[in-house]
Amino acid sequence: MTSLGTAALAVGFLTTLYAIGAAIYGAVRRERRWVDSSRLAVYGFMGLMVICFLVLEVAFLSNDFAFQTVAEHSSTTTPIFYKMTAMWSSQEGSLLLWAFVLSIGSSAVLYLTRDSQRQVAPWATAVLMVLAAFFCGLMLFSVSPFVRLDPVPVEGAGLTPLLRNPYMAMHPPMIYSGYVLFSIPFAFAIGALITRRLDTTWIRSTRRFALVAWIFLGIGLLLGARWSYEELGWGGYWGWDPVENAALMPWLLGTAFLHGIQVQERRGMLKIWNTGLITATFVFCLIGTFLVRSGVLQSIHAFGASTVGGPLLVLIGITSLGSTLLIWSRRKDLQPERRISSPLSREAIFLINNLLLVGLTAVIFWGTFFPLISEAVTGVSSSLAAPWFADYVAPLGVLLVLFTGIGPLFAWGQLSGSAALRVLAWPVALSSLTVISLAIFTDVSSSPWALFLFGFAAFTFVALAQEFARAAITRRALTGESMPVALGSAMARNRRRYGGYTAHFGIVVLLIAVTASSSFQTKEDLRLAPGQSGKVDDYTLSYEKLVVDPNNERIAFNARLAVSKDGERIGTLTPARQYYPTQDPSAGPIGRYFEGEATSEVGLRTSGTGDLWTAFQPDLAPIEEDVEAGNKALADAGPVAQGIAIVAIADAYAADPPAATFRVIWDPLVIWVWIGGIFVMGGALFAVWPTSSSRQRAEVAKAAKAAREASGSTANPGGRS
Amino acid sequence: MTYAIAAILLVCLVALVTIPLRREQEDPAAAKAAFDREELRAELAELEARKAARYREIRDAEGDRAAGKLDDADFERLDGELRREAAEVLKEIDRVRSQLGLSAKSG
Repeated sequence: MTSLGTAALAVGFLTTLYAIGAAIYGAVRRERRWVDSSRLAVYGFMGLMVICFLVLEVAFLSNDFAFQTVAEHSSTTTPIFYKMTAMWSSQEGSLLLWAFVLSIGSSAVLYLTRDSQRQVAPWATAVLMVLAAFFCGLMLFSVSPFVRLDPVPVEGAGLTPLLRNPYMAMHPPMIYSGYVLFSIPFAFAIGALITRRLDTTWIRSTRRFALVAWIFLGIGLLLGARWSYEELGWGGYWGWDPVENAALMPWLLGTAFLHGIQVQERRGMLKIWNTGLITATFVFCLIGTFLVRSGVLQSIHAFGASTVGGPLLVLIGITSLGSTLLIWSRRKDLQPERRISSPLSREAIFLINNLLLVGLTAVIFWGTFFPLISEAVTGVSSSLAAPWFADYVAPLGVLLVLFTGIGPLFAWGQLSGSAALRVLAWPVALSSLTVISLAIFTDVSSSPWALFLFGFAAFTFVALAQEFARAAITRRALTGESMPVALGSAMARNRRRYGGYTAHFGIVVLLIAVTASSSFQTKEDLRLAPGQSGKVDDYTLSYEKLVVDPNNERIAFNARLAVSKDGERIGTLTPARQYYPTQDPSAGPIGRYFEGEATSEVGLRTSGTGDLWTAFQPDLAPIEEDVEAGNKALADAGPVAQGIAIVAIADAYAADPPAATFRVIWDPLVIWVWIGGIFVMGGALFAVWPTSSSRQRAEVAKAAKAAREASGSTANPGGRS
Repeated sequence: MTYAIAAILLVCLVALVTIPLRREQEDPAAAKAAFDREELRAELAELEARKAARYREIRDAEGDRAAGKLDDADFERLDGELRREAAEVLKEIDRVRSQLGLSAKSG
């Protein structure tokens, strides 16, 4: 099986080189058959990457430890779901995932543009295949997923315990799919720049891919945040960790790009800005891959050392420099068709939103890379913590919410002052009322940024409600449909607009939840012995007992906490600490079960108003004597005897446990982070879904093409493959 | 073993990518004409997209006036500008269609 994988990888690498050559030759010589041949090579490359992907998946599922990567990242006891997802926990597996997704995305876009984009597509093919050659080359010459072990081990090391979480299992493919799919609009932008076909055709052809990339990246960010919240035991969902930031930055730039291209499509403006934005977005996707895989910055998410940091850095440098020079050389072709004539116009608001998003990215970039910058300047590496990020991100985020609300209210072109006052009246009135009410009746004013954000959020909700209401009323007047049906019809007729508004609603809900949960959180570390209680916010938590839950993968200690409010028991929380055995033999046959990697399973009570979050840290010092004795007495005993001893030690500990540390957090409104995220992604999916009219257009185009071919058109005597 | 599998895969790949190359060699003049025609078709597609965008903008402007976002004066100015641009696009479409030998009915 390793032979099949290696052979497919090697032939895949050669195929990418051929596709690059054929595409460029066909484009320069204007020979269609070479361009067609390059496209078929891309399809062939996809087939080869599917073979590689399946070979590795089958190896994981069948415990084929002849594969080094399977032996290092899986074991016979790893659950099937995690065997299927273990591939991307390794460096070589994640590179294969990159190439696999790239092959599918490239084939899809080249198939869809096979009858259009004749000048741009060959150059885009070349760009996409250069990227494919890079990742295939890394696997072929540096970190192959098909390295064979001899002799074959009987058991594997197993998956890193922190990754045994369903959110984390799906997080990497979502993030990587986002990164990879952003390469498609980037490649077509480069093709458009090379051929000077800088109208909106390349945007129309790749807009959906950009939006799908944005959706994948967004879902990946949400899954990662949820994993952090449930698994890492520090009590948050976002820690401004370098690897988290690395995925957020291209998402923010991608958001700016998706808005910027609307201005270009509608008003013929921001052409340089948009080509720059898609380049920056893709470069930041590469930087994201680099940060996860290079280990240059300390991160809780960077798993294992890497050897691909150097080549990735070279690729980032070439991509940035080459694209910048290309844009500069085409600056005359990228002049706008119009100028922004008034600040009271939708295009002006879109530009402000773009600047805020780029500003946010710049702040996050500075904070993320500050350890490297400070080391380069002072010789000492210093990190910037979460409060620094909050200080700079909060004002920009607050303004972003405000302009998210203003954008839909303004028309394209120019508004008069009186029209602007008219459309702003209700949102301003109701948001002012919200701010005054919050200031008088709550303690929100203790955090001025939170007060501003809630006020601007109210503004945006009213603005969006006005837009939906106007759409429904207009539709109803035309058709006589009921209001809900009229609203649904109006939304279905303009998916892009109303999908966008739904996503805006979700973003504002999410930012309200982020603000509330970060500004008004209550956090306590309680040290409790069984029978003792502690109070956090309005809740009393009583440590009832400790329960041992061993299985063949790990030993879990589950703490049972009774939760009461106003003297009445309202539920039970069971935070747990799970200990996975270490492979280090120096820990001893018994000790290795208690000295390996440990993970937290939080106890969570969720409601619409907030989450009661608990994590548990037992004190295992009392078992050290028993473990030491067991290590000596059972050094030569079989696994059954050792297993009995381990369970006996754990049971004895649980029968009379010492005081343990509990981190307890009351997190207001945090569930709305996830609900807001679902609205954002749902709105984007609604926008990207093909409309019935676009499906009809596609069918008409297909029928027209069939008719042309049937009539024996002489315009293309070679035909098309 | 690896080399044998690679050879089989390579043969399959070569068979696939040479399908267009095994076509009968096109007459260079016909190929150039076909290429030029494709360029014109691409130009026509872009113009049709610009036409659709202008029509959409005109409809949006009417909607914005109905919603009170545009005063009558603002609407007249914007609508006039958009209609002028749409007329120019229509002229361009007619030009390209006639070059393609298609009847000029762009509106």
